[in-house]
Amino acid sequence: MNTLVRAMHARALQTGRRGASLIRPAAWLIALAAAAVPFFLGDYQAFQCAQLLILAIALLGLNVLTGYTGQISLGHGAFFALGAYFSVVLMGHAAVPYWLAIPLAALLCFGCGLLFGWPALRLEGPYLALITFALAVAVPTLLKHDALSFWTGGVQGISIDRDPPPAFWHLGLDHWLYLLCLAWAVLLFWAVNNLVRSRVGRALVAIRESGVAASAMGINRPLYAALAFGISALITGTAGALSALAAQFVSPDSFPPFLSISFLVGLVVGGVARPAGPVIGAVFLYAMPKVAEDVSKGAPWAIYGITLLLVVYLMPNGLSGIFDRFKR
Amino acid sequence: MEELLHQLSAGFSSGCIYACLALSLVLIYQATGHVNFAQGEMATFATYVASVLLGLGLPYWVAFAGAVAVAFAGGMLVQVVLVRPVQKAPVLSAVAVYIGLLVIFNSVAGWIWGFMSRDFPSPFASWNGIGGSYISGHSLGVLAVTLCVMTAVALFFRLTTVGLAMRAAAVNPLSSSLLGIPVARTLALGWGMAAAVGAVSGILAAPILYLDPNMMGGLLLYGFAGALLGGISNPWGAALGGVLVGLIENLAGAYLVGTELKLLLALALIVGVLLFKPHGLFGLRTVSRV
Repeated sequence: MNTLVRAMHARALQTGRRGASLIRPAAWLIALAAAAVPFFLGDYQAFQCAQLLILAIALLGLNVLTGYTGQISLGHGAFFALGAYFSVVLMGHAAVPYWLAIPLAALLCFGCGLLFGWPALRLEGPYLALITFALAVAVPTLLKHDALSFWTGGVQGISIDRDPPPAFWHLGLDHWLYLLCLAWAVLLFWAVNNLVRSRVGRALVAIRESGVAASAMGINRPLYAALAFGISALITGTAGALSALAAQFVSPDSFPPFLSISFLVGLVVGGVARPAGPVIGAVFLYAMPKVAEDVSKGAPWAIYGITLLLVVYLMPNGLSGIFDRFKR
Repeated sequence: MEELLHQLSAGFSSGCIYACLALSLVLIYQATGHVNFAQGEMATFATYVASVLLGLGLPYWVAFAGAVAVAFAGGMLVQVVLVRPVQKAPVLSAVAVYIGLLVIFNSVAGWIWGFMSRDFPSPFASWNGIGGSYISGHSLGVLAVTLCVMTAVALFFRLTTVGLAMRAAAVNPLSSSLLGIPVARTLALGWGMAAAVGAVSGILAAPILYLDPNMMGGLLLYGFAGALLGGISNPWGAALGGVLVGLIENLAGAYLVGTELKLLLALALIVGVLLFKPHGLFGLRTVSRV
């Protein structure tokens, strides 16, 4: 058991090297195949696939912070919410087109993540998790507050209209949304993959392995940790912006504290600090509510909890750890 | 003036509840370096047990003792079965286990007892408050119980051999086990005590907040803010911090920011403490090794 747990710890150092020759073309092939998918699906299925991608992007953001940098966040639902609100406010009040609103919202989230991460990362481990959870609880109440209701619409939230896709597109709005999400997903997954292999990525992994040793080696720990927080918030914020675009509606109640918890659950189940972890985690989070309802009507969340415990004890590498066995 | 006194007394009594919760967080933190996220949910569960025992017609203090005993046994059981395997695992595994526990306790409580709020009686309702209505009977009772709990825990650690062994195990587990202290068992005991103290805070909070499965969710954050303000390495500092947070929260909620933003205030307090006084008011400065 403990050796497995330690394997979980030592893993990311390999992530950079492992399978660079085989995995990469495979990943691009999957992306290509995914681009062809909407041509075979109905509107609703395309919409579902878009939701799945949005979840995967959100988990990817968490993976940068929790997976590679080793800083636990239970508050990424807050950045998801901020991304959604930023983009909606930009579209509604500043008449920014949707394709521009998403990156702008992402940048604003980067700023928020940096600002929050700087003091928060003085805390380690469980205390960081608690304060980020406080953020997840606080942001919805802030969004409901009267002082901001001119922008946020208070408890009611805001509706937006989705812009029609360009004129040459004939497959419908949901398919266009799917492709938009896919483009963002490919871009961000590619970027994170490169980030982890870079100098910055190695600094982040060093901070996770031992913060004190990392600073002793000359890594500016507060800077890099806050940077990881910012990047992570940027990515999750992008997912939030996309989700607002998909739902065409945001309200404080769409982002309960349990959303943040479910992100962490998804990432742990999918596989922490694994390139495929966020995708598998997203599939789990998307499929789980249905399964849980079938197993137990009364306590669906208990099924999440039990799955989480089982994964921690039996599969410390998450579901993506299963694939390792086939590789050897 | 009258309003201010009311706010002070309300703040003080919620502060006592936060103090209990902060103490239970610190008990586990001191021994293991972990924060038990499920502390609040476990306390809620114990409060439901008390409610069931009261429903059976047992006298209040018997039900109280029964619920605290169940919490104590439950805390030890949780430690032995679920927490021990991740004791040396990376923090993320431990946090994941606590999150799993939180979700399970919350969900199961809702499943068994429903999500409707319930009344919970206070044994101090018949007490006369001080100065007419400024300090209610329940507030006085909360204060009395909190003081009893604090004193009992303090005496336990000061005067008993087991308490000494627990303190030793918290400071240096390896040397302690070489000296013959059963470190694993002291950890289980620590978890049991933390769960029992948490149960007391839940039972004290229930008459004010009404009992429902999410009752302690927000309280955990206030308890954490209190622990951090007082210093997470110092149980008494943490308890005092809890009382301070209760006072600050109520006064600021009434005069500064309004009740909706109270929780945000707790967050601001946490961030402020971290920025300007990272070890809390009464905490010890710690140095970590590579």
